[in-house]
Amino acid sequence: MSLTSFAPIDPRRRRTDKIMRGVLLAGTLIALIPLVLILYYLLHKGLGSWSGSFFTTDPNGNFLGDPGGIRSAILGTLEIVALASLISIPIGIGVALYLTEYGKEARFANVVRYFVDVMTGVPSIVFGLFIYIVLVKSHIGGDFTGWKGSFALSLLMLPIVVRAAEVVLLLVPSALREAALALGAPRWRVITRVVLPTALPGLITGSLLAIARGMGETAPLLFTVSVAFGATSDLGAQMNSLPVQIYNDISSPRDVIIARAWGAALTLVALVLIINLIARAIARRSRVA
Amino acid sequence: MIPPDTNTEEQTEMSTAGGPSEQAQDAPDLSALGVKEGAGHAIKVAGLHAYYGSQHAIKGIDISFPANEATAIIGPSGCGKSTMVRCINRMHEEIPGARAEGEVTLDDVNVYGEGVDVTTVRRMIGMVFQKPNPFPTMSIFDNVAAGLRLSGTKSDNLRERVHRALRAVGLWGEVKNRLGEPGTGLSGGQQQRLCIARTIAVEPEVILMDEPCSALDPIATLKVEELIDELKSRYTIVIVTHNMQQAARVADSTVFMLDGEVIEHAPTKDVFTNPRDERTERYVTGKFG
Amino acid sequence: MEAGATSAPGGRSVFSRSPVSQLPDQVLRWGLTGLAGAILALLAYFFVRLIGESGNTFSTFGLSFVFGNDWDVSRSIYHGFPLLFGTLLTSVIALLIGVPVAIAGALYVTELCPRRVRGPLTILVDLLAAVPSVVYGLWGVFVLGPKLLPVEKWFASTFSFIPFIGGGTATGPNYFVAGLILAIMILPIVAAIAREVMATVPAEHKEAALALGATRWEMIRMAVLPYSRPGITGGAMLGLGRALGETIAVVLVIGNAPVIGTHLFNQGYSLAAVIANEFGEAAATPIHSSALFAAGLVLFVLTLLVNIVARRFIARGEHGRRGTGGTGVTVTAAPAGEAA
Repeated sequence: MSLTSFAPIDPRRRRTDKIMRGVLLAGTLIALIPLVLILYYLLHKGLGSWSGSFFTTDPNGNFLGDPGGIRSAILGTLEIVALASLISIPIGIGVALYLTEYGKEARFANVVRYFVDVMTGVPSIVFGLFIYIVLVKSHIGGDFTGWKGSFALSLLMLPIVVRAAEVVLLLVPSALREAALALGAPRWRVITRVVLPTALPGLITGSLLAIARGMGETAPLLFTVSVAFGATSDLGAQMNSLPVQIYNDISSPRDVIIARAWGAALTLVALVLIINLIARAIARRSRVA
Repeated sequence: MIPPDTNTEEQTEMSTAGGPSEQAQDAPDLSALGVKEGAGHAIKVAGLHAYYGSQHAIKGIDISFPANEATAIIGPSGCGKSTMVRCINRMHEEIPGARAEGEVTLDDVNVYGEGVDVTTVRRMIGMVFQKPNPFPTMSIFDNVAAGLRLSGTKSDNLRERVHRALRAVGLWGEVKNRLGEPGTGLSGGQQQRLCIARTIAVEPEVILMDEPCSALDPIATLKVEELIDELKSRYTIVIVTHNMQQAARVADSTVFMLDGEVIEHAPTKDVFTNPRDERTERYVTGKFG
Repeated sequence: MEAGATSAPGGRSVFSRSPVSQLPDQVLRWGLTGLAGAILALLAYFFVRLIGESGNTFSTFGLSFVFGNDWDVSRSIYHGFPLLFGTLLTSVIALLIGVPVAIAGALYVTELCPRRVRGPLTILVDLLAAVPSVVYGLWGVFVLGPKLLPVEKWFASTFSFIPFIGGGTATGPNYFVAGLILAIMILPIVAAIAREVMATVPAEHKEAALALGATRWEMIRMAVLPYSRPGITGGAMLGLGRALGETIAVVLVIGNAPVIGTHLFNQGYSLAAVIANEFGEAAATPIHSSALFAAGLVLFVLTLLVNIVARRFIARGEHGRRGTGGTGVTVTAAPAGEAA
């Protein structure tokens, strides 16, 4: 009987293994570098702009002197996105309810599901064009207005809400639904009293993620709300918004305005990141429970 | 006392060492392999402990697996038989949080020793799994060749060794005209024999089998058992099984495990007809497990 | 139990609900169904209106709108191939850079990294998707573009013998910077899908590879990558769709020159960028705005097609690999086994 010798494997294989592991690690680190760089520069160039007056004064469009802050932009974004959320979140949850409670695997439901999925891939600029053609060009209710921007954003947010809501609603155990139905509750009560409350954390998470997405979009607003400087809380007028404000400021030759752009970008990213992290925290907490 | 399986005598007569038959079903032909008769190697397990995190699954085991014999490991679910076998070819440590301590010597070399390359260990100690797992993206040929390609076997040599392995498991007649087809296109029993061919193509010294027939129908099971009987003459075999008739048919000696410990290790006949330990007797007579 | 106990006064069975109490259920059901249908109808309506607005352009220029090379606003000539070229080029650059990095990251997270680090790493990569495109644009204009320029200049002069990539003068905004930023933007999408797909590789295939004596990388090559290929392809295509349609980041760093750039580091244009850029001035000129709508239509159809194909790949990746009876299973590139 021969002695076993554990001859080590071909060193080339060992080397390849080591090299590839290094490559994969390097790839991961490369993927993280942009995030680090962006955050760094946002803080580096944007923090300096932050001040009391930055948040409490409006941009004034002056060619010289103090260019003003970003108050109207923040207010505009909050209002426009709030209206967009009021539209897209209930409708989105409604469509998701249809898909999970009524449509299920039926042909029509599958078609709806398919096109909602496809909707997530539509460029945001196309949604802006849609609203522009149907509402702005036709001068329905004014020209560029805040609420038309909300409509455009809600088109964008809708599929996000539907997809997230559907996932969450499907996670509600059917045993819960059946127990309620067996007690004689009508379907609508089962939905409002059992399904929705159980799915609530997930629905909130999905909605928050959609809101964060909507807050950051520029292109749809360009064609529906256009540009404005002054503060107005009238959604029926042209409004300012953070993304559009930043977009405009970028092409300015004045350094102070560029600095304002960085400050506004930092503000926007901070808002978006906070909403994202809250959404994740809610998701994690509800899973642990 | 277990009623003997009536087919056992006929099975031992069916296995021939003849050349490949012309009809679709082959008898296994191991003479085609480059492995000499009596070429198996002995394994000794000494002081083996295995953990899943803090759970102590194997509590100090000593077993000797003699060369060119088939040893069966039996015991109720959760007794640690699969864990123990996976410690032999160091697959246990692949599970996150799992670790093993002790000695497993192949001839006189400890596979847990310093400077031993774990991939060499696994090449020398082959494993067949409970569920047949041919690579789904590879053809029949590529499946058998998979291990050989790793060690850089050249194409002529490769082709020959693949054909030999397929002959050795008795699959050749059934697949020789469709070597390019996906490995998953075969029946369950054929897939398992394909996996065995894949294992022996790299010429291991020991073959571990973790309940290799539990996912197969009775006819496929018999074919695999017939193959194991043939393989014994050239390899050392350790087979985990929960089917006591199988152990009686195939194994020279049997180990009975309970709660991570070895209770009894004796020639198969003795374990089933005259067990020394009371717990063994209760298990083999079906009083529990 | 008395006979007839199931009949209430009025002849109605005790078990039936009054029509009134069924009303909320019916309203809810048909309301929600109608809502879903309304969404579909809305999409179709938008599509039709967009076609309508573009009609002028296609009747005036025909296919030259897409394949002609002359986008001249001052002469009212709208042949948009430079736009299509820029869109495709920047998207290809994005794929070439972004997809390998995404796959590497996904492989590392699912197969190699310590478990504790997995969560944080995943979140960090996903956060890239949360950054608004205008912020990417800002960063691209003032940080990435300027920092890359010296490197690009060096590259162009050192490798001037390679056509298109080398030679020429590098400008601040150019195709490459746009493509690079797009790569960063599609990274989280591709990585997320790749991760999901890789996580579904059955452990038994990975174990089979390891048990044959494969190193970790060999196991990845044998068991994880082939299995994940359709899903990863689908993910890459979703990334492509995103890159094709990205507007703001591109319009800020591509230079907005309505020509087919002669070199990688030259300025160019894209379908999305032209819409954002020329929208203001086009409002006064019907033919110009129609051309921009037509560009939007081309973009819409393009991304629609890419998305549809992408989803087919992803679906195939999820269903295609189950046990026996492999239907349509792809065989790896290794030479097919020979018949005796």
